[in-house]
Amino acid sequence: MNLRIVKYIIGWILVFEAAFLLFPVIAGLFYKEYRHCIVYIVTALLSLLSGFFLTRREKLDISDQIYIREGFAAVSLSWIVLSIVGALPFVFTGEIPNLIDALFETASGFTTTGASILSDVEALSRTSLFWRSFTHWIGGMGIFVFIMAVLPMTGARSLNLIRAESPGPTVGKFVPKLRQSSLLLYFLYILLTIIGLICFMLSGMPVFDAFTMIFGTMGTGGFGIYNDSAASFTPLQQNLITVFMILGGINYSVYFCIISGNFRQILSFEEVRWYLLIIMASTIIITCDILNMFGSAVTALRHAAFQVASIITTSGFSTVDFDRWPGLSRNIIVVLMIIGACAGSTGGGFKVSRVLILIKSVSKEIHSIIHPQRIKKLYLDKMSLSEETIRSVSAYTAVYIVIIIASCMLIAPDELDFTTNFTAVLATVNNIGPGLSLVGPSHNFDVYSYFSKCVLIFDMIAGRLELFPILILFSPSCWRKY
Amino acid sequence: MNVIIVGCGNVGSTLAEKLRNENHDIVMIDKDSHKLDVLTDEQDILGVTGDGLNYQTLLRAGIEHTDLFIAVTESDEQNLLCCVMAKRSDKYCRTVARVRNPIYNTEISYLRRELGLSLIINPELIAAADIARRFQYPDSVSVETFTRGRVELMHLTVTGYSPLKGLVISALQPRFKCNILICAVKRGRRVFIPSADDTIEEGDELIVSATPRDANYFFRKTGLFKHPLKSAMIIGGGTIGFYLARRLTDVGIKTKIIEADEERCALLNDEIPKAIIINGDGTDERLLLREGLGGVGAFAALTGIDEENVLLSLFANRVSHARTITKLRRLNYTEIMNNNISVDHAVFPSLLTADYIVKYARSMLSISGGNVENAFDILDKRAVAIEFFVTGEGPVTGHAISSLKLKKDIIICSITRNERLIIPTGREDIRVGDNVLILSMHSDFKDIKDILA
Repeated sequence: MNLRIVKYIIGWILVFEAAFLLFPVIAGLFYKEYRHCIVYIVTALLSLLSGFFLTRREKLDISDQIYIREGFAAVSLSWIVLSIVGALPFVFTGEIPNLIDALFETASGFTTTGASILSDVEALSRTSLFWRSFTHWIGGMGIFVFIMAVLPMTGARSLNLIRAESPGPTVGKFVPKLRQSSLLLYFLYILLTIIGLICFMLSGMPVFDAFTMIFGTMGTGGFGIYNDSAASFTPLQQNLITVFMILGGINYSVYFCIISGNFRQILSFEEVRWYLLIIMASTIIITCDILNMFGSAVTALRHAAFQVASIITTSGFSTVDFDRWPGLSRNIIVVLMIIGACAGSTGGGFKVSRVLILIKSVSKEIHSIIHPQRIKKLYLDKMSLSEETIRSVSAYTAVYIVIIIASCMLIAPDELDFTTNFTAVLATVNNIGPGLSLVGPSHNFDVYSYFSKCVLIFDMIAGRLELFPILILFSPSCWRKY
Repeated sequence: MNVIIVGCGNVGSTLAEKLRNENHDIVMIDKDSHKLDVLTDEQDILGVTGDGLNYQTLLRAGIEHTDLFIAVTESDEQNLLCCVMAKRSDKYCRTVARVRNPIYNTEISYLRRELGLSLIINPELIAAADIARRFQYPDSVSVETFTRGRVELMHLTVTGYSPLKGLVISALQPRFKCNILICAVKRGRRVFIPSADDTIEEGDELIVSATPRDANYFFRKTGLFKHPLKSAMIIGGGTIGFYLARRLTDVGIKTKIIEADEERCALLNDEIPKAIIINGDGTDERLLLREGLGGVGAFAALTGIDEENVLLSLFANRVSHARTITKLRRLNYTEIMNNNISVDHAVFPSLLTADYIVKYARSMLSISGGNVENAFDILDKRAVAIEFFVTGEGPVTGHAISSLKLKKDIIICSITRNERLIIPTGREDIRVGDNVLILSMHSDFKDIKDILA
């Protein structure tokens, strides 16, 4: 691996993080939390200085290229660095004095997990609350996509960075130029965020709440600013959040088709069709299942839709404690946790498109037992899938299962029940947030030991980057020079 | 500019790289998804897997808003058809097709016009023209070609020793007794079209139009060229060898082709009776020496194998004083080839083709539509050379050129009539079917009649 280019990229990440750290300062100034402001400014300066140090010292030459190995390593290391630096303000302000706890909270933010170790969120300063939610917004679309959009330096091979960060089995560009493609993604993202913000404010949400909630919603994060997550919002506001969560979980190619006037092509997105279908079906089943818990069908429908949207988009907000729901609903919730959102969205999880490809290749295998000599190609969105894509999805599935089992084993010594452990791992790998039982919506992840928290932090980052980028860090040959 | 390239072979990928470096949006279409993946990894372009003949594929590549469509697949017919489809779906789209089969060569202008293509490019012809130019012209002269290599504009710089220094333009013809037209002068940062009473100064960069014969004579007279080329040896009678031999024999250079395949030799003999065709192994040193390699003026190694060509040129350099040309197919290690091995002149047909298309694309940014056949920016984009095809009678036809009232800063450089080059002296007229090359300081021309004031 070419460490020079990796260092250079991490340096840029630090410079950008310094800029991001200034956003909560604006909120802090507004609420007159000057002490917190100073902490954030100091952290920003630290980040900026170390960023300059890393980028300025090295002269890059022609052999310093971002090949796929450097791309993956740089992205996963950057995410780790990003989380560590982002955790510092929590430690400095003393709001989360332990570094691992703070790291858990920030990693959970950047990876849009939304799992918290805090039992009393409302005790945090406004500055820190804003920062917590803002990390969701940055991590949602991805920091490298952002860097590609604003930095002109990037050559062709920078696609390898985007590839490591963007979710989904295949990563493509909307338009020929990487920079314009990234700009378009952020343009759409910001556009949706602004629309959401206006809707939230029109529905009567206070300005601070609207900002933090739209960050968490569009990034499909899930950090609330109240202890009861989203329960205290009005029904209208909850419905709005539901809608924007679902929008955040849709493949951004759809929005690109809309703004480029290519409406016919929207119908060809099989993944999005199934995604919406799954949401509708699960909402209906859960509504029926929980009907007797709530007074009216409308209330039941609202809560069911909110929870389904929150889980499948891997946001993790909640309006009720779904851990108290009947078995059928809880089962559906666990399945939705695994399925996750669309590829190319801000959501996490296994991704609907991977599920589709898996089901299709299984059906192909079955067919090949009946007609051993049959040759059949698989299609997704009316395009034939290459053998490579199918193979990578199978490999991904295997690794995904191994990671979940291994993580469950590693956190098992904490002597918590199986449901807690299993859903805790699911909730972190899939970047959801709350699980069931002791890590359910009304509890938090502080029940785990520091070692288990580290495992879960790893799970969150691995899940956000879709496993392989972070796994190659463990391969010794990745670190060798040639 | 939005560009679609069909076919990511040698030329396609070189084109993609060059055009991307000029900041265009490139979409590459190819059937081989693996090849596309490799290319899109290296270049910041979009790859679309599919057949360029499939309309759905073209739509996916965004054919509806494409400015330039380039078809460089293996098959000539596919390239032509792709371009026709592209033209049909967007009539403002400019289309470039690579057509290399010599069968089409004679009808290329007809094909181009009837099918509505902007440019048809034949890599072998371009390579042959390039080699011929390097043989015929001194190194200090650089050349731009038009009308498929028939018309040339030569750049030359006036040095302190040149007899041109201090000469008034109108004294040029009596002095050198040949028809030379100085189209433009670049003096310092200024570019202008000279009038009859302007004086040539030291350091001027001249753009000159002349027939090859006159040019040769002129170069000799002005001392740019000490030894005019009399004989040439070509190893390998492939397509490039054929075009090259035809060009060289046309201007009276004794040309010898050494080709291993007997049938091919017979065919070459039929097509170019003036050339000496030797049937034998071109890599046999004794044969080469026997055929007079030691005294030949120019040597071109054009076999199909790069390594052989390099060795042949090195050998020729050793035993003779010939100007050698080495044809190389693969683009790898060009730097080493140019700097470390004493191979003087390497010719890369695919690179030449790509360069030609890029040059075309560049000038197309400034010119739009009409009867413009071709346009090239010259002198650092300060002037543009535009080629028109005269489709019908109009205000410019039927009058002596000297009686036409041209706009300011325009000069007619040459007229090509029935494949014959005419350098205007003022008495000639423009007729229907002519190709007219003009040089201008501005570029807002749609039709030949726009040159009139």
